Amino acid sequence: MRDALGSVQSVLVLGGNSEIALAIVDRLVASRCKKVVLGVRSPASATTTLNRLRSAGVDADTIVFDALDPASHTKVIDAAAERMGDIDMVILAFGILDGHAEIDTDPVFAAQVVQTNFGGAVSAGLASAVQLRKQGHGTILSITSVAGVRSRAENMIYASSKAGMDSFSQALGDALIGTGARCVVVRPGFVHTHMTEGMKPAPFATTPDKIADTVINGLQKNKEIIWAPSIMMPMFLTLRHLPRFLWRKISAT
Amino acid sequence: MPSTPPEPAAVRAVPSSVELFGWGRTAPSGADVRRPTSPIELQRALPTSFERGLIARGLGRSYGDAAQNAGGTVIETTDVAAFTIHESDPNSDTVLVTADAGASIDRLLHALVPQGLFVPVTPGTRYVTVGGAIAADIHGKNHHLKGSWCNHVVSLHLQLADGSVVEIGPDRDPELFWATAGGMGLTGVILDATFRCPRIGSSQLLVDTDRAADLDAVCELMRSGDHLYDYSVAWIDLMATGANMGRSVLTRGRFASAEEAAPKIGADPYKYSASELVSAPPFMPAGLLNKLSIRAFNELWFRKAPVERRDEIQSIPTFFHPLDMVRGWNRIYGPAGFLQWQFVIPFDATRTLFTIVEEISQSGCTSFLAVLKSFGEGNAAPLSFPAGGWTLALDIPAGVPGLGPLLDRLDNLVVGVGGRIYLAKDSRVRPELLPQMYPRLDEWKTVRERVDPNRRMMSDLARRLGL
Repeated sequence: MRDALGSVQSVLVLGGNSEIALAIVDRLVASRCKKVVLGVRSPASATTTLNRLRSAGVDADTIVFDALDPASHTKVIDAAAERMGDIDMVILAFGILDGHAEIDTDPVFAAQVVQTNFGGAVSAGLASAVQLRKQGHGTILSITSVAGVRSRAENMIYASSKAGMDSFSQALGDALIGTGARCVVVRPGFVHTHMTEGMKPAPFATTPDKIADTVINGLQKNKEIIWAPSIMMPMFLTLRHLPRFLWRKISAT
Repeated sequence: MPSTPPEPAAVRAVPSSVELFGWGRTAPSGADVRRPTSPIELQRALPTSFERGLIARGLGRSYGDAAQNAGGTVIETTDVAAFTIHESDPNSDTVLVTADAGASIDRLLHALVPQGLFVPVTPGTRYVTVGGAIAADIHGKNHHLKGSWCNHVVSLHLQLADGSVVEIGPDRDPELFWATAGGMGLTGVILDATFRCPRIGSSQLLVDTDRAADLDAVCELMRSGDHLYDYSVAWIDLMATGANMGRSVLTRGRFASAEEAAPKIGADPYKYSASELVSAPPFMPAGLLNKLSIRAFNELWFRKAPVERRDEIQSIPTFFHPLDMVRGWNRIYGPAGFLQWQFVIPFDATRTLFTIVEEISQSGCTSFLAVLKSFGEGNAAPLSFPAGGWTLALDIPAGVPGLGPLLDRLDNLVVGVGGRIYLAKDSRVRPELLPQMYPRLDEWKTVRERVDPNRRMMSDLARRLGL
């Protein structure tokens, strides 16, 4: 169960190798969390994390999860519930970041990015919502991106897929009102991870640990949308309303 | 060939889910809420499927998740609220009252006080039900002399998870009775109870007020003089630091006789009126209560109290239920909600009380006036909260940074000296501390195993703490 300060006792991470999600899990484990299931495409990839969690006394496990296989998502959630009992929190942390210009000329790959980031979030989010409604409680923590607030020419596929995910997650949260379950949106800015390695950092670039601290704080305060770092909120609420010619100039620099 | 219509898909009856909060408005959950309107309906309200269990709920004044049951069934008892005041010998000190579990202290007082009677125990709000009073074994300002609510219960009817109804009391299946006292509703659904109510001389109290400059002073006042008063409690300013740390206003009193009350209320000594004067607005922005505003409030409140005042006449609502004047005051904490942390530690650990007060003051954690009281001895119930010693209760906005680790640290101090926290207020304690706080937990579990082996009685609190 979630407690009054936002701590949970069990968590399912879809995208179990996400550095941001794992930094959040570390903090949840330090508080009350005793059960963790990591949903990953290949369980071997999460061995190190699994061992680290288990040596910290956590009842941890992996489960095969492929964002591109929506037909399997309900089964994944059911299996996780079978393994853990109530799922107090589901973190939607999977995604593909395209920082490469080539994607503009590779429509098939672009579609795959959208199917992963947006389509996968929709099917996994809906499958999770069914379980959380049945439980009468639980949080879907949907990690989107500030990039989704306004897409740039440079990252149009990633940004627009995250915009879709963000929009869906907010509406899912609204649909869950009154059920005890909820959906919280996390919008990180630029984060230094292996996913962003070699990319030019955006202003206010930060680390997974700092993002995780902000998320834990936002959960304690019962926020519906968590901007991380929090300066992203005033910044992007301004940027999204800039005239397009200005936005083109700023976003290209 | 006539086509066969397809078999209709099985329509799964999805119970309409209602989101329920505790008083702290922190971690709500959805449940199938049933609201029986008669004792018969109440007995028939048990669900047919117990997949996620059942809990009874009264007026929802538990701060945390004690009266929530995520995904399961919650039976709200407040529409089954009749009660009877039994005939009695006019010379006896007490009168027996039998009340449905859903009857509130508020309703009881409107009937009892005009007849020269009071409830045996009242907490700081009169909006609690008889069922809740038993399930939490509530205490009040008279604990040092009269103990907690269940000390005054003669018998009660309990519906067990299998649907059967048993009558229990301190001399009739005492194990089950004391497991139900403070048992957080997890032994069954309390249907009604019979308890002793004391006679009073008037509806007014004679109140003495003392302002204490620091924690030492208030503890000394309570130690030396509490036995002279029927009711005693201190309000303590936990945001004051340095020389002012622990400064308090101690109010103590007893019911006035008809003659003593006459100058204030005239001919009818039992005149009683209690109503909510104002309502908190339905929506409050976050951060309205902050360090500055709370500090200013506490300062004002301390300064307006007299240094020493004797024999002031106060009404029941003013003395016992001041917060009840503002309906929905729990909303002032905004969307993050708030929690209450209440512990008791033995008198010989007074030093730890000082350490805790110091830690809270220095943490700068925003807390409205807290309540300090000295408890008398506890009773036979394994999960009853009160025990001889100091109890301190404080409200804290849930959004305060670093609150979790701070309270975890303070829990350790409490457990270290053999103290415990109050489950009816809890919304965040570490489950592994429970056996240390309640050393007779296993005794309680044995009784529960006897009456509910399949864990049909279930609440969010029980899930969170592994009860």
